[in-house]
Amino acid sequence: MTGPHPPSADQLAGRWRAAVAGTSRVSVSQPALHDVLRELAADVIDALAGGDVDPERLRRVGARLVQAHLTETDALQRTLELLGDELAGPRTAPAMAALAAGYAQALRTRTRDEQQRIMTATLAARVAAEARFAAVFDAAAIGITVCHVDGEILEVNRALCDMLGYAASDLVSRQFWEFTHPDDRPGLWDRTKDLLTGTVDHLRLEKPYFRRDGSTVLTDLVLSLVSDPEGRSRYVVAMIHDITEQRRMQDRLAHQATHDPLTGLPNRTMFFDRLHDALPRAGDGGAVGVCYLDLDDFKGVNDTLGHDVGDELLRAVAQRLDAELGRHGHVVARMGGDEFVILVEERSPDTGALEAVAATALAVVRRPVRVGDRQVRVSASLGVVRHEGGATTAAELMKAADTTMYWAKTDGRDRYALFDADRHRGDVHRFALSARMPQALESGEFVVEYQPLVRLRDRRMIGVEALVRWELPDGRRLGPDEFVPVAEQNGLIVPLGLAVLTEACRAAAGWAAEEPEQPLLMSVNLAARQVREPGIVDAVAAVLADTGWRPELLQLELTESDLMGSAGETLGALRSLAAMGVRIAIDDFGTGYSNLAYLRHLPVHTLKLAGPFVTGAHLPDGLLASPPGSDDVDGQVLAAVVELARVLGLSVTAESVETAGQLERLRALGCDTGQGWYFARSVPAAEVPALLRAPPWATSG
Amino acid sequence: MDRPNWVPPDVDVTRPSVARLYDYHLGGSHNFESDRAFGDRTLRTMPDLPELLRDNRDFLRRVVRELCALGVDQFLDLGSGIPTVGNVHEVARASTPGARVVCVDHDAVAVAHGRALLADDPQTAAVLADVREPDVVLAAVRRTCLIDFSRPVGVLMIALLHFAHDEDRPRELVADYMGGLPVGSYPAIGHGRADGSRGIRNAAAVYEGDRSPNPMRLRSAAEVVDLFGSLTLLDPGVVLLPRRHPDAVDDRRAGSAVADDYPGFGGLGRRD
Repeated sequence: MTGPHPPSADQLAGRWRAAVAGTSRVSVSQPALHDVLRELAADVIDALAGGDVDPERLRRVGARLVQAHLTETDALQRTLELLGDELAGPRTAPAMAALAAGYAQALRTRTRDEQQRIMTATLAARVAAEARFAAVFDAAAIGITVCHVDGEILEVNRALCDMLGYAASDLVSRQFWEFTHPDDRPGLWDRTKDLLTGTVDHLRLEKPYFRRDGSTVLTDLVLSLVSDPEGRSRYVVAMIHDITEQRRMQDRLAHQATHDPLTGLPNRTMFFDRLHDALPRAGDGGAVGVCYLDLDDFKGVNDTLGHDVGDELLRAVAQRLDAELGRHGHVVARMGGDEFVILVEERSPDTGALEAVAATALAVVRRPVRVGDRQVRVSASLGVVRHEGGATTAAELMKAADTTMYWAKTDGRDRYALFDADRHRGDVHRFALSARMPQALESGEFVVEYQPLVRLRDRRMIGVEALVRWELPDGRRLGPDEFVPVAEQNGLIVPLGLAVLTEACRAAAGWAAEEPEQPLLMSVNLAARQVREPGIVDAVAAVLADTGWRPELLQLELTESDLMGSAGETLGALRSLAAMGVRIAIDDFGTGYSNLAYLRHLPVHTLKLAGPFVTGAHLPDGLLASPPGSDDVDGQVLAAVVELARVLGLSVTAESVETAGQLERLRALGCDTGQGWYFARSVPAAEVPALLRAPPWATSG
Repeated sequence: MDRPNWVPPDVDVTRPSVARLYDYHLGGSHNFESDRAFGDRTLRTMPDLPELLRDNRDFLRRVVRELCALGVDQFLDLGSGIPTVGNVHEVARASTPGARVVCVDHDAVAVAHGRALLADDPQTAAVLADVREPDVVLAAVRRTCLIDFSRPVGVLMIALLHFAHDEDRPRELVADYMGGLPVGSYPAIGHGRADGSRGIRNAAAVYEGDRSPNPMRLRSAAEVVDLFGSLTLLDPGVVLLPRRHPDAVDDRRAGSAVADDYPGFGGLGRRD
């Protein structure tokens, strides 16, 4: 002890505490720290006061600094500096060395202990986590296996063993990748390699496995790659879920959704899918063909033999079509009812292959079907459409095939028809007209015009023919030859015809009021369908009553074919009309197969000679091109017809009179009346009185 | 089914953990290379981080002592980390020998360490759970049978909630914990400061980056006050950590000035 005033333990402790302030990592109260340091200060002072320094004692002081949590390295440095200054003396240096050694050893021990403790804690945490993992692994409902990255199976759980029918010992150490199956998806191995090389860290796929008993289990397989901290792939964990039953159910539902329950053939939905898929393949010499097949009079089979027989027949036809055509790769489907459809993909340059399919289908259907103890024979009508590429849709193609099938029906059944674009356009046009017609009738788009009927003898206008036109809102005008057939088909001819008749009679009555001296004959066309309509006689009578027009001045025109085919009630109706005083004319005479003998039994008053009969398509001037009396067969026929009419007491009207020459010859032959452009075209009702007063043809000829 | 979600939480010493980082910054050796590497990166941006952490420990000590003086003898230490010397039970026992403490952390290693350290102490327990699930935590605390749910509890959330992001709804978390405990219970919050020194903001940026154990959400004083919600905030409210009831005799840094941009707040509340 050399210092004149060695500090007291308490003083030293205070300075010591200030020196080491902030070097403890533990929050200790300052008084508590002071107490510790005073004790140590007393110890150090005491140790230096004696003779030899006991290094062990000073080592303990160093160790106690560590125990007091003064573990920052600054704590030792400042302690040594402070004590070196305060207690300077010959024994101080070795004493401080001993203190430092004690401190260092204690700190090393403490560090080791803490490392040991944290490692132990880590291990404990891992064991706990692994225990939980093991429990989950073994109790999991899905199969799990852990493999080495080279494929060696390291662990399998119970669910996987149960799924595959193996014991764990059968699976462990085997190669995971050796469990192949013939139904493995192509590319399976490539995808797996992506996983093993770390390109992807997990992979999900469907994979079938063989069970030990040889049966197959379909699985949903998830493979995950487990890497070590350095990023090297170490393990592959596979989770394997049995989806066999789930898939079976899905397949059944999918089959039900895409197949017809009666015949087992693909249904409409599936057919459309297949057609849709096939369309892009058409073109470049390849084509997609659709044969739309409808049994002829299947309703008759159902009605007469019963639905059971009908169903049996459908099943037999379906099975045969599929057997004959399905084996060539064509898709045979049932659209519903008695309609089947065949999808043909082919590479022939024309419709040959497609027609061969259609012919086969017809032959298949024709073969009698044995149902119970009876033979049922049916036929079919087929529409055939070929698509060689370009823009179209499955729906359009099917519509075209359906339309074409109806052509085969109307052409006489038991045959196929090939799609024809022009005919189809015509059909589409007529369909559009038909669809618009009711509205057009309602809104008065049908207008009636009148063409003069002229007496050839004196060129006097003695009547008019009422002609109906359709004025479309877009300004187009359609003639009766365009829309009357449509109206006959959809039945609207009945109200339309009646409307025309009413308007014509009203107009005629109006002119008669203006020009009472020259009442005109009103000639109105009557469609066959109108005549067949029950109540036609009453309807005509009602129109006459309503408009005040006289029956003797009404002429109803029927075509030759309509009249010739008429019998029974129709003929009765015509007779009743004739009895009322109404005149009956045969329109377009000479265009059909005229049964001249039959004419005399019909209540007919007039023959209207058809335009071509008068003008002749093959001669510049029609049948009248050659002078009368020359060696001209057509002219002689015409002369004979006129003669025949006179014998039967019928008057003759020539249509389509276009030239003065025709007029002269017709007159010479003895035709009574004529109409045509030579006289006048058809005009609106309001212009008729002017024609009557000053006929332009009176001066021109 | 995709990646397995039943795999237990990682026990991965190659990733830093908040608990071990805290220990490292306090000079302990309960840590691994990954923690030290990340800790050193943080230290480079905020050299005075250990100082802040020590202030946190001091704050914790003062609050526990204050609560003991108020008669509280049971504590819930949320996000307790690795129990080191001077921990809650030691501070509390200094004045209240029978004090009971339940530590909660989501770090499996920290909890395993705590269990080893506290194995001989029947008045303490460590629970492995995520603090963001108050129902789960409180149920686990009940199972320890250490906490009497009919008497006030001191709930310590020191350096915890700046790891809770807004989508974790920290205000509701505090309310849920306090709602699950009896009237008279006290929440204590120590929290990193959003508008504090450049250092803490830099440190927070490091926690946004690679290998971060958990990104931070620093908050302003007003936001920390908001965490107390409808609870009563005791005097002097939310203040800079060293300024909350400094102890002239006892405190390591008593008397030294506290910078205005000091990076941490603390406050104590009460459920009334």
